[in-house]
Amino acid sequence: MSLKTEDVKNIAHLARLAIDDDAVTDYASDLSNILDLVEQMNQVDTDNVQPMAHPMDAQQRLRDDDASEPDQRDKFQSIAPDVENGLYRVPKVIE
Amino acid sequence: MNKNTNATIKELQTGLAQGTFSSAEITSDYLTKINLLNPDINAFISITREKALEQAKAADQLIADGKASALTGIPLAHKDIFCTDGTTTTCGSRMLENFKAPYNANVIQNFENQHAVMLGKTNMDEFAMGSSNENSFYGPVKNPWALDSVPGGSSGGSAAAVAAGLAPAATGTDTGGSIRQPAAFCGITGLKPTYGRVSRYGMIAYASSLDQGGPMAHTAEDCAILLQTMAGFDKRDSTSMDKEIPDYSASLNNDLSGLKIGLPKEYFAEGLNSDVARNIDEAISQYQKLGAEIKDISLPNSKIAIPTYYVVAMAECSSNLSRFDGVRFGHRCDDPKDLEDLYKRSRGEGFGEEVKRRIMIGAYTLSAGYYDAFYLKAQKLRRLISQDFSQAFEEVDIIAGPTTPEVAWKTGEKSADPVSMYLQDIYTISVNLAGLPGMSVPAGFADGKPVGLQLIGNYFDESRLLNAAHQFQQHTDWHQMSPEEK
Repeated sequence: MSLKTEDVKNIAHLARLAIDDDAVTDYASDLSNILDLVEQMNQVDTDNVQPMAHPMDAQQRLRDDDASEPDQRDKFQSIAPDVENGLYRVPKVIE
Repeated sequence: MNKNTNATIKELQTGLAQGTFSSAEITSDYLTKINLLNPDINAFISITREKALEQAKAADQLIADGKASALTGIPLAHKDIFCTDGTTTTCGSRMLENFKAPYNANVIQNFENQHAVMLGKTNMDEFAMGSSNENSFYGPVKNPWALDSVPGGSSGGSAAAVAAGLAPAATGTDTGGSIRQPAAFCGITGLKPTYGRVSRYGMIAYASSLDQGGPMAHTAEDCAILLQTMAGFDKRDSTSMDKEIPDYSASLNNDLSGLKIGLPKEYFAEGLNSDVARNIDEAISQYQKLGAEIKDISLPNSKIAIPTYYVVAMAECSSNLSRFDGVRFGHRCDDPKDLEDLYKRSRGEGFGEEVKRRIMIGAYTLSAGYYDAFYLKAQKLRRLISQDFSQAFEEVDIIAGPTTPEVAWKTGEKSADPVSMYLQDIYTISVNLAGLPGMSVPAGFADGKPVGLQLIGNYFDESRLLNAAHQFQQHTDWHQMSPEEK
């Protein structure tokens, strides 16, 4: 499987990753090699096999919808890159 | 060099209980040794000296007051993937260079409840993605047995710290072999518990359906002591299993006669280094002398474990690492022109190459129209791989083989070709896909570097693995060897 540079740019966009233009060719080759490895999966027939999401097929537990965590806004925001009045700041989204 | 720093936890417990030394003394010995050797080995990303000495002093008071628990005053190192309240948790990444977690991981809290001492946070492949520890933003870790070679990964800092006597034991995490492979490469004992045995709360996620924390130490006996504290149900981890915790130390001395050990033919096939194979054969003979019955078994789907693993792991990592957006915590780029630019450049600058590769493969395999061909296909193969083990465990009690096909390779040797490094995980990753417990136990040397024997158990059968490993260590001395005496 061979990815083109355009494919790599599109994947990087989907993953919201800025990558250097001069690295795109290397990514295309590395990612294509990984996908070649992945293609070996097709050697095995999996018709009628149930997909396995959890090793012991456990179900997700449900809990009551009660507030259980204490309010730690200040502590959590002390590690944020940019906050103001208890809110996270990002560049303007709506003009 | 102070001899204390090569002691086992068991020996330290005895020394502390008998007053041979204080926690402050041994903690300070380890810190001195870290200062001396860490610049060469780079096993630690941060050294929490003041906190350690403070904790040691408090522990000594508890011991004096007769209020000590099993691990009170025992110094430990923690992989920098476990969140520690108030000190940095980097996960080996620039993304989290200044990240101070606002809470403790469950594993860390369990150790704090026992008043164990934290020496520092150990180096690792960025976000646990790697098999050599070369993918750390904080520089590669050196193997204490051969400084020109890798310590394995991703828990390479933990493995190197224990091997070099910078900590008596350390925590690690294992998604595809990240406890067992570095344990093998550094000549120490490591245990990956059953998926769900140890809480993942506060353990920064790589591939959530595979990640599991576990102990890394000199001996199986020490792993049993540590697992006792690490294991347990945690409602804050949605895949934590609510199962009784046995007394792991109580069964260490069980007799091995009649133990059925399966040798999967796929783990002794082409690709296995002949010197590694010789050591493993000798270890198997040792088990026969101890009364074990050896059976040949087959795990026919082993051949597709690597591609299956990488699809599952990369898809889950692309999903998990979407939380690093430069908004709430972690690295943010300078002067973002809009929100998309903020996301893209923060992530582009914060993540290293291997992390970006895995995120991109994950994003690709999960993108519209590809889900069935990749992630769903891998989940089906995961079922087949898992069934191979279930069938094997109908005939045998444990499975044994090499942990890795080769001993530690030279730094830089495989870093140019990601796929060649992925192929090295051949014997460890099926265990994660199946969610089983696995161990690596020192079993000799090849080319002057340690060889690991892998033992794989059935679900929640850690006791039997620890028993088998402990009995082996009662009759061999590989685990007692230290790179200083080499």
